[in-house]
Amino acid sequence: MMIKITIEDRNGSRQLIEVPDDMNLSLMEALKAYEYSIMATCGGMALCATCRVEVLEGKDKLPPMSDAELDMLDTLPDATMNTRLACQLRVNEELENSVFRIGSEEY
Amino acid sequence: MHTTDICIIGAGPVGLFSVFEAGLLKMRCHLVDALPQVGGQLSEIYPQKPIYDIPGFPEVKAQQLVDNLMQQIAPFKPAFTLGERVEQISGDADSGFVVTTNEGTAIQCRAIAIAGGLGCFEPRKPAIERLEAFEGKGVAYMVKDPELFRNKEIVLAGGGDSALDWTIFLSNVASRVTLVHRGESFRGAPDSAEKVAHLAAEGKIGLILKSNILKIDGNGHLKEVHIANDKNEVTVMSADHLIPLFGLSPKLGPIADWGLQIDKSAIVVNTTDYSTNVPGIFAIGDINTYTGKLKLILCGFHEGAMMAQSAFKYVYPNQRLSFKYTTVNGVNAF
Repeated sequence: MMIKITIEDRNGSRQLIEVPDDMNLSLMEALKAYEYSIMATCGGMALCATCRVEVLEGKDKLPPMSDAELDMLDTLPDATMNTRLACQLRVNEELENSVFRIGSEEY
Repeated sequence: MHTTDICIIGAGPVGLFSVFEAGLLKMRCHLVDALPQVGGQLSEIYPQKPIYDIPGFPEVKAQQLVDNLMQQIAPFKPAFTLGERVEQISGDADSGFVVTTNEGTAIQCRAIAIAGGLGCFEPRKPAIERLEAFEGKGVAYMVKDPELFRNKEIVLAGGGDSALDWTIFLSNVASRVTLVHRGESFRGAPDSAEKVAHLAAEGKIGLILKSNILKIDGNGHLKEVHIANDKNEVTVMSADHLIPLFGLSPKLGPIADWGLQIDKSAIVVNTTDYSTNVPGIFAIGDINTYTGKLKLILCGFHEGAMMAQSAFKYVYPNQRLSFKYTTVNGVNAF
């Protein structure tokens, strides 16, 4: 099944992307596949926070955070209650119709 | 001054294995790593995690792989400089290079292999007006010597474990400790969070939640911190020191200043031999990038082998390289 997710880039423009749910992809990997400019320096280990996203819609359906993700977000200077690490979100039906904004490039 | 054939920057798995490949070609190596121990991410971040994609090892724990690599390269007697970060490279492939660390250690070599992995972990800097102007003049991103803060007024910022831990520790050292956190609670380490709440209730520390530091000011040295709450009301607080603790983030660091071609925080290499645009300087493992790059340890091992073959011409410019199998030739220790 293809999961439909809306991505808002740093310039505010939105794109609907479709990601298969049977490839065990993280949202970070999907964003990279769609050539969004994210560093994802650590490759998905919740270490660098360069893949962080703001959840604009669909927050309540998302799975809870792991300790590693919580620890990282707690540490960041500008995370909000809606910030998640894209590398820690598996693309599955919990993400269907959700809207994410790519985090700022700093870090 | 140390002298070697190849200076390897980064002592993670790829840097370590390169010592073996270089050793087979009778080239000596000196490894430098900013971390106090070898192994890079494997030892520092996930020593007990299993790795499943090392050829010949259905499963191996990260630290075990590092230990095995150390055993494998022991015959080639590599030199190590640990806990120091390479700051500068001078010279060239013709006259030789000198690699210098932040502690002033200098290593003379014929070739350089950058196996820097994710790069250096540097403190994450929050967006605070005039923050950089007061670095070293009251602003510090880590606590090296707690005595520096004795009887001083300290403001810490952050919500992670290290912010909590240093708040607790410095409450016994400083004359006043204030912790500023953007959230309304602390999600990690419940013990530390409880202790901080307790200290605040007893009036031993100041705890300012749902607030951010907007700007700092002073006269040559930090004097005051401007803190805004969630209603945008600003309070000005006197402070001798500000310690923002927002964790570490992997950065290229000084590598970015060595004239190498960089793309998205990685070093661009030629896949024939993993050489960079600077003759005599190679980049292997997670730090490099090329079409089809996979950040895998096993790819880094391959890159190290290819690098060594190519580095040979800088170390032994007048010799012809002949390829030999270890099964035929054995491993001839130095």
